[in-house]
Amino acid sequence: MRIALLLLLIATLAACGGDGRDDEEAGGDTTAAETTTETDSGGDLSGRIQADGSSTVGPYTTAAAEAFQGVEPGVQVTVGVSGTGGGFERFCRGETDLSNASRAIKDEEIAACEKEGIEYVEFQVANDALTVVVNTENDWAQCLTVEQLKTIWNTGSKVNNWNQVDDSFPDEDLKLYGPGTDSGTFDYFTDEINGEEGASRSDYGASEDDNVIVQGVTGEKGGLGYFGFSYFEENQDSLKAVEIDGGDGCIAPSVETAQDGTYKPLSRPLFIYAKKDSFKRPEVEAFVQYLIDNETQIAESSQYVPLTDEQLTKAKSDFEAAVEEVGA
Amino acid sequence: MATPELTAGAEPRLRAERRRIGEDVVKGVLALCALVSVATTVGIVIALFVPAIEFFREISVVDFLAGTNWSPLFEPASFGVLPLIVGTLLVTAIASLVAMPLGLGAAVYMSEYASPRARGIIKPAFELLAGIPTIVFGYFALTFVTPLLRDLGIPVDIFNTLSAGLVMGVMLLPTVASLSEDAMGAVPQDLRDGAYALGSTKVQVATRIVVPAAVSGIVASFVLAISRAVGETMIVLVAMGQQPNLSLDPRQAAEAMTAFIAATGAGDVPTGSIEYKTIFAVGATLFLMTLVMNVFAIRLVRKYREAYE
Repeated sequence: MRIALLLLLIATLAACGGDGRDDEEAGGDTTAAETTTETDSGGDLSGRIQADGSSTVGPYTTAAAEAFQGVEPGVQVTVGVSGTGGGFERFCRGETDLSNASRAIKDEEIAACEKEGIEYVEFQVANDALTVVVNTENDWAQCLTVEQLKTIWNTGSKVNNWNQVDDSFPDEDLKLYGPGTDSGTFDYFTDEINGEEGASRSDYGASEDDNVIVQGVTGEKGGLGYFGFSYFEENQDSLKAVEIDGGDGCIAPSVETAQDGTYKPLSRPLFIYAKKDSFKRPEVEAFVQYLIDNETQIAESSQYVPLTDEQLTKAKSDFEAAVEEVGA
Repeated sequence: MATPELTAGAEPRLRAERRRIGEDVVKGVLALCALVSVATTVGIVIALFVPAIEFFREISVVDFLAGTNWSPLFEPASFGVLPLIVGTLLVTAIASLVAMPLGLGAAVYMSEYASPRARGIIKPAFELLAGIPTIVFGYFALTFVTPLLRDLGIPVDIFNTLSAGLVMGVMLLPTVASLSEDAMGAVPQDLRDGAYALGSTKVQVATRIVVPAAVSGIVASFVLAISRAVGETMIVLVAMGQQPNLSLDPRQAAEAMTAFIAATGAGDVPTGSIEYKTIFAVGATLFLMTLVMNVFAIRLVRKYREAYE
């Protein structure tokens, strides 16, 4: 027993020292041993990074975290998805290092952060085209105008048949699905379409789980729902995206139209907010550095719309400025 | 306990004393076990009702119970819980319509008609059914029963109360069947023999002797089934929808009280906010509903109990 403890101690010390020679003896403590051997190939950072926030951005951060594990196996990144608003709430209480957001931080959230003395940097990590989807059997709604969407979704709207949306549409029950009120997607959509953030009819199938929206719209001929572009890409065999007319003609959501902003008004930036103080921890700095350096690959592999070169350059310089300021 | 005293002597008395200490320890441990359930219940009541009372300081009980629009998370918020109560009661009613007759029929069959071989097949099948996780039942309702209903020409929404209720009824079948069967099994054989001696047929024995004699156990199984239906979460969350709907049309999507609690609890409403307290207000309402129902059922059982011993 005592020998085992001693070996364990040696192994732990070896892990900290990072010379990894005592690996063989340290049979009992495999994690420590693995860390030492693998660190030879790359970084030697360790620690835990806490991220929370938007369920739209969550998969992006998770993909980045998984890839980052290959470089820095000692760093653990936990990614929560409690919604943009919920994420900022925790972020401004100082509980998280990174906050995923599918909209820019709101004034009251800025105030909350200031009150707690939390300073942060905003990085745009991807673009998104908020996508309005209908059933594949829907052959009438190729394109909807912002006005029509507002007719459907506005507070107190009683529209429940497609023929109330447009005279040319058939007599087909309109079944609505969408994100719940915690969602940044909900905030963004209601702001752009209904003209006021949070203003929406409430008698629709609301769920924070985008898969429930997919189930609803695929199961209902007259179904209509909305969510982030990546969910549409994942489910494009079972759903159809509607073109949106924001005043300049019908535009389909796509990587190109989201990047150049022609998909109006539903293309939007996705953000990660990083706490400045956290940059003093090398693992956080390394992770954000990794996020920005590999933005295009991460975005493409997890089906997001990557940043344009211009946006990427801005993110890089913002990051460098923040690191310099903290003096890490 | 009396044996040591019968054989008077030094050694037995010693043993008896030692035994008494052990007895106290056992008694204490057992009392502690019993206390856990009481303490937990008290804890739940406090945890549930304290935030619920805070909720009712801001929202009047009348607005809550009589309001017909439930949208606590939207702007402007509205706190009428009726649509959720109706959703819960509707799905419970459908489930009961399935589980009670079928369960009772199955119990009568197993108790009065089935050969030991048939019982040997049916009993384990029911036990298997009872062991299926409710989330599986939920997806079964959504991906199998709903399309089936549509194929049968019933125009149901993709999320609807009907298929959730039907599947929940199947889920409750084993509860009703096995408890009712136990009650029927406990009916003294003499009663049956007496009835047969008077020239009764098998159906008459089953329906006029055994079922009335076992009625308290049968009602108890019904009540347990209803309580489980009211509290069931996964099936309604997955298959019934999350759309408060004050309608008795089972073809439409609706939201049950438990589904609201689960969905909102898993979301990120800020702790301490009025939205957060709605979870507890709905939970407390659910708790009171089952409590009233259980008290009512106990009365009913006492009233109709037929004691033969």
